[in-house]
Amino acid sequence: MKHLLGTKDMTREDAVLILDTAAQMAATQEREIRKLPTLRGKTVVNLFFEDSTRTRISFEAAAKRLSADVINFSAKGSSVSKGESLKDTALTLQAMGADAVVVRHWASGAAYQLAHGGWLHGSVLNAGDGTHEHPTQALLDAFTARKHLVGDPAGKGLDGLHIAIVGDVLHSRVARSNVHLLTTLGARVSLVAPPTLLPVGMGPWPVDVFHSLDDALDAADVDAVMMLRVQRERMTGGGSAFFPSPEEYTRLFGLDGDRMARLPEHTIVMHPGPMNRGLEISAEAADSPRSVIVEQVANGVAVRMAALYLLLAGEEQA
Amino acid sequence: MTGTILGAPDVARALTRIAHEIIERNDGAADIVLLGIPTRGEPLARRLAQRIADVESGFDAADRCGSLDITMYRDDLHKQPTRSIGATTLPAAGIDDAVVVLVDDVFHTGRTIRAALDAVKDLGRPRAVQLAVLVDRGHRELPIRADFVGKNIPTARSERVAVHLEEIDGEDAVILTGGER
Repeated sequence: MKHLLGTKDMTREDAVLILDTAAQMAATQEREIRKLPTLRGKTVVNLFFEDSTRTRISFEAAAKRLSADVINFSAKGSSVSKGESLKDTALTLQAMGADAVVVRHWASGAAYQLAHGGWLHGSVLNAGDGTHEHPTQALLDAFTARKHLVGDPAGKGLDGLHIAIVGDVLHSRVARSNVHLLTTLGARVSLVAPPTLLPVGMGPWPVDVFHSLDDALDAADVDAVMMLRVQRERMTGGGSAFFPSPEEYTRLFGLDGDRMARLPEHTIVMHPGPMNRGLEISAEAADSPRSVIVEQVANGVAVRMAALYLLLAGEEQA
Repeated sequence: MTGTILGAPDVARALTRIAHEIIERNDGAADIVLLGIPTRGEPLARRLAQRIADVESGFDAADRCGSLDITMYRDDLHKQPTRSIGATTLPAAGIDDAVVVLVDDVFHTGRTIRAALDAVKDLGRPRAVQLAVLVDRGHRELPIRADFVGKNIPTARSERVAVHLEEIDGEDAVILTGGER
């Protein structure tokens, strides 16, 4: 592996390798001394064109736990706000000796362009590009699901599991990356969303689609429910609304105590954060013992450590 | 000399002797923890622990055994294809104030052991660290020596020493191959 750009073209073999490596990384995070010398002397640049707290600090923590040096570059208040192009930013980072660039960008395909533009020598990790992909989030979701739902998980995928992804699939790179990764790993995926929040051209996706959470829960038992964040700012009001009101969305798609009670005993609840309590998920569901939302954050560090290790530790690849 | 250097009975005798030497050197087995370095150090550590338990009452073999993966501490990571990471498991009681005996199959340059010492340092503070190896083939590149050696085998650098163990390879043997002198 040279870059981590998305999950669509990821092989099952690579995905399982990342999850297995993440499991070992997670084990090291329970030690008294959590820092490993593995990536000493390597430089990881966090290049963030979009605001993000948790993904950036998660990558930063992962790189630092492996002893890499971390440089944070955010578009706000930088040369980018003065009009610098992605290419010139990349050339600058190259000149500074970046071994890996973690990039978050508002444009779909930015990570691919950075990796294949010939501007950078190092590895590129996609930390979210537009509405395209967010592979490390999908990997941490798969890691969390595997840990809870698969016995003796080393070397295994998610075969036979049924995972429901609920909410704004249209704008969600998390959902896209998860659809590809979870199905590659053998899981069955159901998407639950209003028709207005489903993308066009998802015909070839190997998924079932439901237009209310109750329908999805009636149709089959699910092993994991993944709630997506409703991006409030762009959802209601004006001519561009995607659903009539937040109340209606909550009624049809929100995960509350009653719907929790209908889930099988072992089902886990996931959310990539930040949550809108009371909108897509009730406090009762978010704080239930079956919610693994906080654990997802910890697993995110382990998965990103694994990705950085697998991309950076070996001999340089062409 | 190439071919099979040690057969199954030789390996068994060597391990039995090492187990007794460990007990002798440490005046008993009270604080001993055996940490095997994957892949083949792991079953060797388990066998040594079993042999110690056979003669020392109160020594629980399963409780005093672990594995120590050193992949992330290697100094040659960037010179090789990416290695997969093995498991590190410690006894429940940890290794603080214990006498840790590192166990590996072949002792060669000493670089693996250097990495292991770094790894141990991050896991706790043992009272002492000792080293037991099944085969010492020489060619040290660092000032490190073994405390317990199954068999010294003089080799050429170009030769390869392969240790086969029942648990992994289906037989016990130490095989010397290759090497244009």
